[in-house]
Amino acid sequence: MPTEMPTEVSTQLIGMNWLFASPQVNPGGGIAEYFREKVPSEAWAFGIAAVVHAFLIINFFAVAPLFFIWLERKVAGRIQDRLGPTRVGGKFGWLQTLADGVKLIQKEDLCPQAADNMLFRMSPYLVFVASFAALLVLPWSDGWVAQNLDVGIFFMLAVMSLEVIGVILAGYSSGSKWALFGGMREAAQVVSYEIPMAICALVPVTAMGTLNMVDISRAQSGLFTNWMLFHDPFCFIAFFVYFTVATASVKRAPFDLAEAESELVAGFHTEYSGIRWSYFFMAEYGSMFAVSGIATALFLGGWQTGLGIEDALFTEGFRNWGKDSIFSGFAVGNYIANLFGCLVFLTKGCVLVFVQMWVRWTLPRLRIDQVMATCLKYLLPISCFLFLGITLWPLCVYKWTGRTTLLPSAVPLGQKSYVPPARRAPPQRPREPQQNEIKQSELNVPVPEMRESKQTTALPTQEVRS
Amino acid sequence: MSVLKSIIDLFFWLFQDGAFWIFAATAAGGAVAVVLTQNVVRMAFWLILSLGATAGLFFSLNADFVGAAQLLIYVGGTLVLLIFGVMLTASGPFVSIKSNPGDLVKSALAGVALLSLLLYSACQVNWMDSEHYDPKGVVATGFNPSADGNTTRELGLSFLGARPDRDLGSKTGALSAGYLLPFEIVSVHLLVVLVGAAYLARAKRRKSPAAGGSAQA
Repeated sequence: MPTEMPTEVSTQLIGMNWLFASPQVNPGGGIAEYFREKVPSEAWAFGIAAVVHAFLIINFFAVAPLFFIWLERKVAGRIQDRLGPTRVGGKFGWLQTLADGVKLIQKEDLCPQAADNMLFRMSPYLVFVASFAALLVLPWSDGWVAQNLDVGIFFMLAVMSLEVIGVILAGYSSGSKWALFGGMREAAQVVSYEIPMAICALVPVTAMGTLNMVDISRAQSGLFTNWMLFHDPFCFIAFFVYFTVATASVKRAPFDLAEAESELVAGFHTEYSGIRWSYFFMAEYGSMFAVSGIATALFLGGWQTGLGIEDALFTEGFRNWGKDSIFSGFAVGNYIANLFGCLVFLTKGCVLVFVQMWVRWTLPRLRIDQVMATCLKYLLPISCFLFLGITLWPLCVYKWTGRTTLLPSAVPLGQKSYVPPARRAPPQRPREPQQNEIKQSELNVPVPEMRESKQTTALPTQEVRS
Repeated sequence: MSVLKSIIDLFFWLFQDGAFWIFAATAAGGAVAVVLTQNVVRMAFWLILSLGATAGLFFSLNADFVGAAQLLIYVGGTLVLLIFGVMLTASGPFVSIKSNPGDLVKSALAGVALLSLLLYSACQVNWMDSEHYDPKGVVATGFNPSADGNTTRELGLSFLGARPDRDLGSKTGALSAGYLLPFEIVSVHLLVVLVGAAYLARAKRRKSPAAGGSAQA
């Protein structure tokens, strides 16, 4: 039974016309699209694109821990009034981690006699793979994302929840009571902290109306007042709650009860040595960056500087500069613009990682009951309250002011005229596929008709259903 | 004969996607390993592989939401609870399960019955007649970035009571009903479950004052 509602109100409240009507650009398809005409079958094009993305991400995943571990040593040293590493690789000891890595590779790959051999050997890979796969949907820059999933943040939280399985299995299969205690603590802690983490991540998602991380980052362009952090009081609190919970969910101090050197020797990785041990730490530092990346994309504007300089610097003319100069479909200007965005994103992520280190070396470790009480008695109710608040906020603000946000400089989210800057003139964007573009005049075309006019993928499920 | 032919057609149709075979082999192999293993936690490990590969199958069919939900609920939730339960309840290290032969026969019968039913219904479909099927072995796929991964918006809005497939761009401005009512019923049901769980797990102070005193201390 249809309910009558003025169109403007429904558009404001539901507020996602532009998400439906504008072409859903898939930057991850750029490489596949480029190779599609040049290789025998489409599977090859997708394969090449997958290899390129996986290569880039696994390199980041391998190099970032090198930097973060060095940074952790320096930060810890400075906070404790020491110098940290100073000798390996020059004045700042910046090759220290590489030396550590070489040492770890050389060490013997031990498996205790009491351990379950197969599980003991497999669990570092589980942790590694889960942490690595979370980076697949992280929006590095406008168009630089391995998989532009529509359920991006949901996928990321789902994959990061797999990491705990590897930790539990490592603790269980080690055949050591310290490792078992560490695994049990990790299971209890992470299963509890996943709930407020997901709810806090839902707060900006609810305000924005999409789970797609690229879209969320895009909609925060312009001045930093457009960031979700300043969107409303609930998002503002949600950022800090999220960051606390994320620190706990990647088992960093003061929540690192799974390791707890003072009580459990080294917790779940007591029995590990060599390269398998280092996998746990690569995963930990990768996850630290992943949760910081989520915070950056959801709350801190993603790849945008927040100074509003993107629109002035990277105009359409700049983005088209050097188009097709190296190979077709590639523009040097667009590449530079995206590289700049990627650097901004990395900087924001690294600052958040630095804050996690700062917290680690400043605060004492909580007891396990304190950890659980913090989550279940405080963080979970707070996050539920924030979630309730963000659902009511736009309605109340709309009732009072006629807009869905209070900030004068911010573009009201979901306003019908609002089209994100990156989509303003899609046909000129070199990296985006050209054949399926929709004109602005067609913005109000119903979605099914829009779909039917396109070439559709012949998915088996769709075929069977139709 | 036609059954055999349709099976061969099905085979060639599936062969278009190499990822399908990797995921399918992992899912099936993991499932077989779950049955053959006796150690409970190893079973859980093989189940991780099997369910994860099933999620991969969903992803390769562009069903991102279902795949991510599979990962979150089954792999990240249920299996963690399973391992956690084993760790809490095990009396010794590395619990193993030994099932008696009668159970094996019964479960094998059930499995074979289900498999034959599924195979039968798969062979009932005339894959040749599907209009997108090209007998030369080329499935009429097109690279369509606009629709890729766009699986949740309409679903989510339908749960909120709006039907973008009907309402978006309509001249009248009327909103369809969507699935708000069933969604709310499910939410209330979940709330009841949560309240019940909290009731069951609450500290029982009145009945035993000694326990209450220690809980407060």
